[in-house]
Amino acid sequence: MLAYIIRRVLISIPVLIGSTILVFIMVKLSGDPLEGIKLRNPPPPPATIKLEEHRLGLDQSWPLQYWDWLKGLVLHGNFGQAVQPTENIGADIGSHLWVTVRLVFFSVLIALILAIITGVVSAIRQYSVTDYTATFFGFLFLSMPVFWFAVLLKEAGIWFNRSTGTKTFFTIGDKSPYLPSDTAWAHISDVAGHMVLPTIVLGLAGYAGWTRFTRASMLEVLNSDHVRLARAKGLRSRKVLIRHALRNALIPLTTVTALDIAALLGGAILTEQVFQWNGMGTLFVKALQQKDAHMMMGWLLVSATIVIVFNLIADILYGILDPRIRHA
Amino acid sequence: MTEPTIQAGRTNAGSATGAKPVAGDPGTGRVEREFTVKDRSQLQQTMRRFLRHRMAVGSLVVFVLLVLFAFITPLLWKYHYTTITPDNSVPPSLDHPFGTDNLGHDMFAQVLRGLQQSIKVALSIALIATIGGTLWGVISGYYGGAVDTVLMRFADLVLTIPSLAMAAALANNFGGTWWIIAIILGGVSAPYVGRVVRGMVLSIREREYVEAARALGASDFRIMIRHLVPNAFAVVVVNATLLVASGILLETSLSFLGFGIQAPDTSLGVLITTGQGAVDTRPWLFYFPGLFIILVALTVNFLGDGLRDALDPQQTRQRR
Repeated sequence: MLAYIIRRVLISIPVLIGSTILVFIMVKLSGDPLEGIKLRNPPPPPATIKLEEHRLGLDQSWPLQYWDWLKGLVLHGNFGQAVQPTENIGADIGSHLWVTVRLVFFSVLIALILAIITGVVSAIRQYSVTDYTATFFGFLFLSMPVFWFAVLLKEAGIWFNRSTGTKTFFTIGDKSPYLPSDTAWAHISDVAGHMVLPTIVLGLAGYAGWTRFTRASMLEVLNSDHVRLARAKGLRSRKVLIRHALRNALIPLTTVTALDIAALLGGAILTEQVFQWNGMGTLFVKALQQKDAHMMMGWLLVSATIVIVFNLIADILYGILDPRIRHA
Repeated sequence: MTEPTIQAGRTNAGSATGAKPVAGDPGTGRVEREFTVKDRSQLQQTMRRFLRHRMAVGSLVVFVLLVLFAFITPLLWKYHYTTITPDNSVPPSLDHPFGTDNLGHDMFAQVLRGLQQSIKVALSIALIATIGGTLWGVISGYYGGAVDTVLMRFADLVLTIPSLAMAAALANNFGGTWWIIAIILGGVSAPYVGRVVRGMVLSIREREYVEAARALGASDFRIMIRHLVPNAFAVVVVNATLLVASGILLETSLSFLGFGIQAPDTSLGVLITTGQGAVDTRPWLFYFPGLFIILVALTVNFLGDGLRDALDPQQTRQRR
């Protein structure tokens, strides 16, 4: 098992290096970081532009720029110079990352629990009213734009608050700017309160695909020989379902979940935008608007790392769940 | 030689499921027995399986109607989407079925235009991603070795970055018009298709008929076009359909963030961006564009599901 884990970790390293190259090329294609300065009116003197070009490293060739960026990142943990000279990209990403990671983490958690429960029930009671209802809602959430649903839920929260005269749901921001009591518990409940609606939005977006997948995978396993054998042996049906069917049906779900993390990070950008969270999504939109090349590279690299780490975890889980994989 | 064999296999499988005492088979209204087996072409069989899927057939009808609605109604409607009418912010009425925005744009005309642009982009995404991805997958799977490694590792890399983020970064520089958006989004979706097609090709290229073709001296190109692509066709078509659904969601998301289609032109995503601030006061600005996105994506998803069952009978038995 250890050898398997080490092998998987080693395989991720070239993927990570490859993604730095891809990210660099992407960002080079995303526009000129100095556009904002060049379009200023009155136009700045050429010497200023030259200085800025030098500061951002734009006066060098692409490979050299890439090399300098990578060197700074690996040796000093430095993400490069931001377009706004006062900003520190590493610190910015660090402070925004946590907000997004906790959103994605809890959404995945909720989505998986819901998807497994409804997927299994749908598979066991195939063609029942429950199955049809679950399938319909699965399709509905699969077809609903994340941002539209987010606005809808936000409005529902506002409406609920207004009609009950309470402040049950927080609809703006990831935390309150000011708290009356400065205890740890107050902070935790405040953050949790702000997370409720966005987590539901992103969770349902992930749920839609996964419940369909769990259902299909569960149906396949339920019709397989080893489940029929377990039934024939006279095992209790609950035991057959959980020990023999569910465990096998969940194996492919780990891979699908890991693959969908990238899509969920995209969904997080939209969700944060609607709920005005100060997370990675907001940072990305700002970086794009300012055409801040180094900020975008840092952002894309961090999100690629998250996806790669999730895939690594899925690979390792896969090896634990299915011994055939790790001996192959 | 292969055709009749496949047919025989399929018919047997069909009668085997038909022989089971399935209660819910009123769709066809007839009892299948071994001796009533009729000779049907592959197309006929696929059609029959598809037509049995009532949800999918209904969705196809609705989707076609939506497309016609989006492209024909604007020619007949009294307002152009750029027309500024004297009524601003009026709720839905006979004159303005979807109301108007604060500038006086007729929302019906705007939604139609948005629907048109969104459908155009979504279909183009599916087309571009399917052609690109199929080529990618077929070449990768057929040649194997170093070519496969390079192409697939590159696809894996693309998959590590959120499509929306990648598309936004590229569209920020090149974007604005609908076809550039379509090319960018089609490009970032292609690796997904490539992976699926490669998986199919890996198994198809080991079949006897490919070996026979090679023994007869067929070129690599001919084998790919005449043998690999047609046999991976079912998977490609199903994927292309689902790409239309994910395409419209990607396009509207991109436009919502402000990196997609730019004003004065409009798309359903742009309309929602402007409508989101007015859900409370002028709900018609927000709900109508959203409902059309859901309608398109939902019908296409159902359609894809039905096609999967119809074109891919092996999977049918597990899924249904």
